[in-house]
Amino acid sequence: MKRAAPALALVALALSPLLGMEPRVYLTLTVAGLAMGMLIFLVASGLTLIFGLMDVLNFAHGALFSWGAYAGFSAVVLLNGWTGWAESPSVLLNALSLLAALAAAVLVALALGVVLERVIIKPVYGQHMFQILITLGATIVLEELIRIVWGPNDQVMPVPMSVQGSWDVADVIVLRVPVIAIGLGLAVYAGMLALLHRTRVGLIVRAGVESGEMVQVMGHNIHRYFTAVFALGSALAAVGGLMWAVFRQSVSPAMGGEQLIFAFIVVIIGGLGSVTGSLVGALMVGLSYNYVAFLFPKTALGVNMALMVLVLLVRPTGLFGAAR
Amino acid sequence: MSEVVLEVDGVHTYIGQHHILQGVSLEARRDAVTVLMGRNGAGKTTTMRTIIGLLHPARGGVRVEGRAVDRMAPYEIARLGVGFVPEGQGIFATLTVDENLRVAMHRDDTEHRERLRRMLALFPDLDRFRHASAGTLSGGQKQMLAIARAFVNPQRLLLIDEPSKGLAPIMVEHLIAALRAVKHETTVLLVEQNFAMAEVLADRFFLIDDGRTVREGPMAALVADAGLKQRYLGI
Repeated sequence: MKRAAPALALVALALSPLLGMEPRVYLTLTVAGLAMGMLIFLVASGLTLIFGLMDVLNFAHGALFSWGAYAGFSAVVLLNGWTGWAESPSVLLNALSLLAALAAAVLVALALGVVLERVIIKPVYGQHMFQILITLGATIVLEELIRIVWGPNDQVMPVPMSVQGSWDVADVIVLRVPVIAIGLGLAVYAGMLALLHRTRVGLIVRAGVESGEMVQVMGHNIHRYFTAVFALGSALAAVGGLMWAVFRQSVSPAMGGEQLIFAFIVVIIGGLGSVTGSLVGALMVGLSYNYVAFLFPKTALGVNMALMVLVLLVRPTGLFGAAR
Repeated sequence: MSEVVLEVDGVHTYIGQHHILQGVSLEARRDAVTVLMGRNGAGKTTTMRTIIGLLHPARGGVRVEGRAVDRMAPYEIARLGVGFVPEGQGIFATLTVDENLRVAMHRDDTEHRERLRRMLALFPDLDRFRHASAGTLSGGQKQMLAIARAFVNPQRLLLIDEPSKGLAPIMVEHLIAALRAVKHETTVLLVEQNFAMAEVLADRFFLIDDGRTVREGPMAALVADAGLKQRYLGI
């Protein structure tokens, strides 16, 4: 019963607005909330690895999110210039265009993640104050580099034709991008669970998080594993950035900073290091934001903070977190 | 005389500004149990941590089968076939018993799986709680797990730091029986304060005091020398 409490809380939260609104409006808001939650989960999933598991306060996660968005943006623009795939009516060519953007975002973020971990994170493991300072510094540098390479202004993200628009399902408007985000979020969730709990690499990483020293004396180079986990977390930030760019149809140098606070809230609500916690936390944030924005628009901005405070009051370690 | 597997030669180790080891020398011979004894704070655990590479000596050398290891990382030393059971067991509390054993295995092949089966047969409690979180085990069971974890790999040398610490007498008896069953498989360097346990298990002893090796010899000689025991061990 205790283990099911977070899931029950999520269901209760999702059903509560039914008391005060029409079912059709409720369905529209719920779909939008789930989609927003999944988009937030894509950002938070990487932070779950880096902050939740490895205990690194990485404020550069937002900048990696932005770099992912811009790398994907460039891939789509360049590819569209050569082939016209994004503007083609072909679903296959549109999908290839998006996959190319995804590959570019992931590769750029993997490379940046390796460099950041090796150069600035490795010397400050276990030192939170230095982590905050050095990753804030990295954020400034990375955002300025975006302004130098791509310019300081917002740019329009070319979204492939098949991805634009919406479906009308029983009078409920369902945008296509959020549906893709939900699918991608579920795939990321399943992939992370499989990696952490079904592979030897995941086992060594979970052990290393608990005691890096013991893992070392068992013959595993934990530094190499931590570099890989940091790079993977960075790649997930980039995937989140790309999806936000497609969702908003624009990119801007500071776009990551806006999402970073959501990601931290979600990781804390979910419980440090819990992938399932991050997913449930992200869905809670997405749903409650959409419901409250409809019912009490003036209070929408504070709802996430209120949700975090409420969860921490009831469960100080977060929904799925274990005491450390 | 049997072959020397481990040589520690005049090692000086600092922890921060503190000069903990000030000339420790010892050796461990093949397929024998060597016990390292001394009072609290004499430098026994620091010696073990220096051998496994968690601390690097400022002076002196550590060799495993003639190969210098004192500048190697712990994972490199472990890959040479050096196992370490630290003081306080060092188990992963959030992982299951099975996961604790599997993370220690260097390879997942027939030989390692067979060794794992043998360890589970030797420690039936571990088999019974195989899928339970290791953090829920009793102190004795955690120690069994720590030792089983070290034996799932074929080791050239096994370092065991105070395995009986904090255990009830009945658990110490079980531990002695388990170590007697497996000690012939490898060379063991044991740090132990429990003299009765050391007496049963060890072939040779080294005594350290204030970070220096002060005596060595066959275990029987230490057992017979009441003055030596009183002076360096307070018993």
